[in-house]
Amino acid sequence: MSKQVTVAVKRQDTQTSGSRWETFSIPYEPGLNVTTILQRIAANPVTVEGESSTPVAFDACCLEEVCGACTMRVNGRVRQACTALVDNLLAEQPDRITLEPMTKFPVVRDLHVDRSAMFESLKRVHAWITADGYFDRGAAPRMSQDAQEDAYPLTTCMTCGCCVESCPQFNDGSSFIGPAAISQAVLFNEHPVGKFDANARMEVLAGDGGIADCGNAQNCLKVCPKNIPLTQSLAKAGRAATKYVISRFLQK
Amino acid sequence: MANEKDRVVVIGGGLAGLAAAMRLAEAEIEVDLISMVPVKRSHSVCAQGGINSVNPATRELGDSEWLHLDDTVYGGDFLQHQPPVKEMCDWGPRIIDLMDRLGVSFNRTPEGFRDQRRFGGTMYKRTAFAGATTGQQLIYALDEQCRRWESEGLIRKFEYWEFLGPILDDNGICRGAVAQDMFSMEVRSFPAKALILAHGGCGLIFGRSTMSMICTGGAAGRAYKAGVKYANGEFFQVHPTAIPGTDKLRLMSESARGEGGRVWVPRKPQDERDPRSIPESERYYFLEERYPKYGNLVPRDIATREIFDICVNDKLSIDPERLCVYLDLTHLPSETHRKLEGILEIYEKFQATDPRVTPMKIFPGVHYSMGGLWCDFEKDEKTGGLALGSPRNHQSNVEGLFVIGEADYQYHGGNRLGANSLLSCIFTGMIVAPSVQNYMSSTNGGATDPPSTLFEREAARHQADCDALIARDGNENPYTLHQELGDSMTRNVTVVRDNAAIKETLVKIDEIEKRYANAALTDKGSWTNQNLSFTRALGDMILLARVIAEGALKRDECRGAHYKPAFQIKPPDAEDPAEMRRQAAEWCEAFAKQIKRWLKTTIAENTPDGPSFSYEAVDTSLIPPRPRTYGLKGAEIIDEVWKQRMAGEQAGAPTEPVASV
Ligand SMILES: Cc1cc2nc3c(=O)[nH]c(=O)nc-3n(C[C@H](O)[C@H](O)[C@H](O)COP(=O)(O)OP(=O)(O)OC[C@H]3O[C@@H](n4cnc5c(N)ncnc54)[C@H](O)[C@@H]3O)c2cc1C
Ligand code: SF4
Ligand code: SF4
Ligand code: FES
Repeated sequence: MSKQVTVAVKRQDTQTSGSRWETFSIPYEPGLNVTTILQRIAANPVTVEGESSTPVAFDACCLEEVCGACTMRVNGRVRQACTALVDNLLAEQPDRITLEPMTKFPVVRDLHVDRSAMFESLKRVHAWITADGYFDRGAAPRMSQDAQEDAYPLTTCMTCGCCVESCPQFNDGSSFIGPAAISQAVLFNEHPVGKFDANARMEVLAGDGGIADCGNAQNCLKVCPKNIPLTQSLAKAGRAATKYVISRFLQK
Repeated sequence: MANEKDRVVVIGGGLAGLAAAMRLAEAEIEVDLISMVPVKRSHSVCAQGGINSVNPATRELGDSEWLHLDDTVYGGDFLQHQPPVKEMCDWGPRIIDLMDRLGVSFNRTPEGFRDQRRFGGTMYKRTAFAGATTGQQLIYALDEQCRRWESEGLIRKFEYWEFLGPILDDNGICRGAVAQDMFSMEVRSFPAKALILAHGGCGLIFGRSTMSMICTGGAAGRAYKAGVKYANGEFFQVHPTAIPGTDKLRLMSESARGEGGRVWVPRKPQDERDPRSIPESERYYFLEERYPKYGNLVPRDIATREIFDICVNDKLSIDPERLCVYLDLTHLPSETHRKLEGILEIYEKFQATDPRVTPMKIFPGVHYSMGGLWCDFEKDEKTGGLALGSPRNHQSNVEGLFVIGEADYQYHGGNRLGANSLLSCIFTGMIVAPSVQNYMSSTNGGATDPPSTLFEREAARHQADCDALIARDGNENPYTLHQELGDSMTRNVTVVRDNAAIKETLVKIDEIEKRYANAALTDKGSWTNQNLSFTRALGDMILLARVIAEGALKRDECRGAHYKPAFQIKPPDAEDPAEMRRQAAEWCEAFAKQIKRWLKTTIAENTPDGPSFSYEAVDTSLIPPRPRTYGLKGAEIIDEVWKQRMAGEQAGAPTEPVASV
């Protein structure tokens, strides 16, 4: 028989039900990735025990690590399923591949989680430019190549949630907005026009759930698939928050 | 708060849908934005290359909006209506300025201006870019604006909701949409004064493509079924170099060949040796041999055709199962490898092999749908562009239903120029807003409210369809059917088209359609049932596959991406100058006839017996069609003869071209 890949999937039927493991066996192909495995299971959802099951629910879209949808825990490590290649995974852990949903977000079903908290955080930090309107009024202010090169990595954040998943401070009990949103606040505060709203963002960064909640564990930096310099953003946010609090105090 | 029924529903939050929503919100019109994925994750994020517009640097070299228009219609083989294209090119510089103001981190020149690069189909560096992720940066800027309007209450987002169909009242006027919550599976009506469809492309009809998983054409199929016309379906762009994955074809930039990459296959079919150990003499550098002058840098469409030909007709694919050829960069010096770092990393990430030491495996990939849902426009006779704000702009044949972005068929004609699509998506979103606004305030814009029973009835109808699909019994597997459909479409209805082969695919579509009636779900539950969503979309893909294949069968000519060699005008081959001139005149005569017969938009309408086809004249009022003679023998002479012919026509009989030369 041709080579098979054993895949254990942590399944959960609804938001409130308990979880269970199911194991599937998929014919090996060169170049196979985890999203394809999930599609193969969908086409033939039969477990290794020969039981009929259902397709595994998961979130995915671009299949090239740019939309951020397919984040899950693969072999216990949070990452994108579309760039998780079976060859590499088997090298890490030869007997089986394990797939689990992220733990910091409510599970919708199986591997599909609800990350709306991250989008809400982006709202809280006003992660946008307050444009007067969408009519023609020429270009934005000029920007140096250095400034563009500093900003660019931060703009590639795809709200995937890896950083949040790894962050010990982000959990049920806390209101921490998380590293991704803080990094976006820094991005906009450094933009030549975005900085006009800096105070509104600083209110959030300096307030409850803001930068003070970061314990500087730096886990986030290690897991970000886009290599966004998160700790640099966090340090900047920390300094700016201190300054903001002092100046607010002095103005009282 | 305004009346619930005065809202606008937008389906899709890619560049087009977000641009429309943001401009409507600016005009204080409330929007329900419905999308299958969080809008920030829409397919637009995949675009890497950039976005075109005339800019100060190209102007300095003589460029103008008019030349951008000319490149676009020439590249599209004159199949697109020119007034909308003119308007788009005129707006280009303003749109880039706006995106710059909204915070897109475009690459910069040393002086701090936006930098531009050159793309295919033009002599000018018109393409602005933000690193290697321009589409992502553009959509994020629009996503941020929409989040701002969302927090101000003007936009309500319905993410993970799937559009099931438009709601038409008894007079055929669109009154909203029905959609389904992809988690709870609740089906409900969204009443609206106007509906804007911005659901993107439909590459998944071909199985695998460079598009995202949700680009199924499900939404397009549902609109078509409800009576919206489908235009130019047979025009699909295939990119020459994609990385053929089991799940997706990922784009490999043209710069790999630009920097010296060589395309080859082993002369021995399916030679199993390590490519590095195959000696030079046993390698077939087919582009270099067949096109000594251009070598590996032949134009995109030719590269696509030749790679396809070598695998399908000559059966020289490296891998018998998965068609592909080598794109070899291993001979290049390490400085070149460094220059190509970004794209080499993509290859490495997905193929887990290092393209610096092992030749890459690539194959053409279905990439962009030029065709789409039909929509109207109104020309401004003074400017030659669009009458801005006219309710006709982007309105389909169904009153109150508008179409924008890759979902529509305007702007790109027979073939799209690289980096023109991001522009058309944002542009159409921007200009549809005032048209919708004027439609809403005009008296015929649904002045009387429809009865609420209409909304209940439509939701119930779609709910019944879902229930029927879930209850269906049978032994067909929807995923297998999709694969079979994609394989047949890719084999016979992409790069090189032949009527007998297309007919084969039509027979296959008949078969798949029958089997589809027995495709049963493995998941019969009513919570986050992705099996249901996919199987339903498969039905729409089968419907549109027929529109594409039949359109291709009927169109007996070569135009843009539609290449049917049996109907190619025979190129001149004479050595003798007088004979050459005679042949060129003959060629021009045939070309004039071809224009008369085929320079038409294909229109398909859904009937119970399949699509019914008609053809509509194309507005070429700004730039008269001319031959694309690239690579033809005697190209200069053809051009000259054609110019004389045109001049003669203008002086003499302006109506019908005279039959003799
Ligand atoms: C790999 C790649 C690279 C590209 N590079 C470039 C480039 O460099 N320059 C360029 O100009 N163009 C490029 N293009 C083309 C360009 O990216 C697309 O044409 C463009 O992004 C389409 O945008 P859109 O807004 O029309 O649709 P999309 O971005 O596809 O968005 C569609 C939206 O509709 C929603 N939707 C779809 N169906 C439904 C449904 N049934 N119910 C509810 N919602 C639905 C989706 O959720 C999504 O929000 C590229 C394309 C590809 C594939
Ligand atoms: S550095 Fe801060 S944000 Fe990052 S993981 Fe640690 S606590 Fe979380
Ligand atoms: S910062 Fe990195 S890890 Fe966090 S959401 Fe953005 S891309 Fe993902
Ligand atoms: S599917 Fe988009 S990141 Fe994996």
